[in-house]
Amino acid sequence: MIELDGLTKRFGNKVAVDQLSCRISPGMVTGFLGPNGAGKSTTMRMMLDLDNPTSGSVRIDGKHYRDLSEPLKYIGALLDAKSMHGGRSAYNNLLCLAQSNRIPESRVAEVLDTVGLTAVAKKKSKGFSLGMGQRLGIASALLGDPEILMFDEPVNGLDPEGIHWIRNLMKALAAEGRTIFVSSHLMSEMALTADHLIVIGQGRLLADTSMADFIHQNSRSYVRLRSPQQERLRDVLHAEGIVAVESGNGTLEIDGATTEALGELAARHTIVLHELSSQRASLEEAFMQMTADSVEYHAHSERGAAPPPVGPHWGDQWNRPPGSAPGAPGGSGGSGGSGGSGTGQGA
Amino acid sequence: MASVPAVLTSEWTKIRTVSSTTWTLISAFAVTVAMSAALCAVMNSQFDDLSDAERATFDPTFISFSGMILGQLAMVVFGVLVVGTEYSSGMIRTSLAAVPQRATFLFSKMLVAGVLALVVGMVTSFVSFFLGQALLGDHRIGIGEDNVLRAVFGAGLYMGLIAIFSMGVAAMLRSSMLSLGILMPFFFLVSQILSAVPGAKSVAQYFPDQAGSKIMQVVPDAMNSDPAPYGPWAGLLIMVAWVAASVFGGFLVLKKRDA
Repeated sequence: MIELDGLTKRFGNKVAVDQLSCRISPGMVTGFLGPNGAGKSTTMRMMLDLDNPTSGSVRIDGKHYRDLSEPLKYIGALLDAKSMHGGRSAYNNLLCLAQSNRIPESRVAEVLDTVGLTAVAKKKSKGFSLGMGQRLGIASALLGDPEILMFDEPVNGLDPEGIHWIRNLMKALAAEGRTIFVSSHLMSEMALTADHLIVIGQGRLLADTSMADFIHQNSRSYVRLRSPQQERLRDVLHAEGIVAVESGNGTLEIDGATTEALGELAARHTIVLHELSSQRASLEEAFMQMTADSVEYHAHSERGAAPPPVGPHWGDQWNRPPGSAPGAPGGSGGSGGSGGSGTGQGA
Repeated sequence: MASVPAVLTSEWTKIRTVSSTTWTLISAFAVTVAMSAALCAVMNSQFDDLSDAERATFDPTFISFSGMILGQLAMVVFGVLVVGTEYSSGMIRTSLAAVPQRATFLFSKMLVAGVLALVVGMVTSFVSFFLGQALLGDHRIGIGEDNVLRAVFGAGLYMGLIAIFSMGVAAMLRSSMLSLGILMPFFFLVSQILSAVPGAKSVAQYFPDQAGSKIMQVVPDAMNSDPAPYGPWAGLLIMVAWVAASVFGGFLVLKKRDA
């Protein structure tokens, strides 16, 4: 169990992490998601007491990191792939870490075997590829057989086989009742591994929810309609009080309707349909929508001029076609041209 | 708190498993001994050409350590690399995650590396002394003479202290390149030159290397050098104060700054 309480980090005027409070529970994989520069790595470094928080605190099983006597037995972390001495062999890099926490030397060979580096154990680690460095970092995290494991962007530099391996490793470790905290900037990656999700943008907590709830709340489902008789279709829909959003290429998108009802409606008015499909906006879109504020505001403020953002999505007023339901997630404004326009992940 | 013996073991593993340890310490030994021996041989053959003042203050003990001017630079490199590679490799984050107690981490590292540097320094100074005396012929001095053992022992201490001083500087600057870029010219050029410039002399004699090297002299104002306002042990104490300041500075930086 890791508890963050009002964790804040400022670098000069810039706020990297802003009043972050959350809990990371055991027995599951908690995904820590945010765009680049959202403060994920800074948060993780503060959790390991490498960076001093400006205010707030982190507690690991109720203790400050600095008060853990042999921390590798509590919490293992992978921060950078390259945080080992290149002139030392993989084995010796792990050996000096093991010795500092009174971990038996036999464990070094064990974790090297787990990550598949036994063959290069005696090789200097500076010759390692990014993927091998990542595996060595994971080995160092596993060294003390800790109850809590923290991985910062673990799939970086791994080949598909390696990505598959780390996903299964994280799931297996969580199934043993351990606390797994893994950061990523890729929603799709999180969707495959995480049970719980903590989303931050510009250092602020945007969501702290279970993966299932996040999917439920954020993946907009809608029906896509395409017809050669678009004008008539629009009139009919309008008469029925159904709000349709035009999404380009002559297609209409309708939130909260079923294909059955719309199909029957079109049949009643004998309108030809070329497409009638149920769509689901991807989680990636939902994530981009959620973090759009922080990202857009950031780019905005660097230009230095222009008024402060009005409303939740400052681009919406001019991006959103008339008639669109305000605030509907995945509306065709917000995250740019592709947002909400039918990159759904299946019907 | 972390177990101190465990951290010491870990730091010893770190030091013995990188090749820079071997080559810097071997260089410190070889350069000092070789250069001292060569100068002793030259002095022996050219003794009659020395000025009267130099002959009057001829110090065979001090002459047998003259190679330390170069040899100490290898000790500087050793000290800088022990601390600096933690930063240049990114290992520092892994190390501090394993041993979050900054004082335990830094002082264990400095203790292990300092003791090793001291042992190598002692071996260097004794070998350098005996080889030098063998080459000085009639002008040699025995280790049993007054103050000679103190000077030989002190020369070993000096080498160890130079290494620890460099570790502190590297911990303050958090970079091997920057530390070497400052320390090498300082010990090799700046300190040597300033101690010969009339106006700067009175300041330069309080520099760590100038003050510390007084312990190696048996004859006061050896080789017609300028008189210092302090004795050999006070000189060493000045050097120890420098070392303490640099180590403490390094600790403060490690404690206050983000890794």
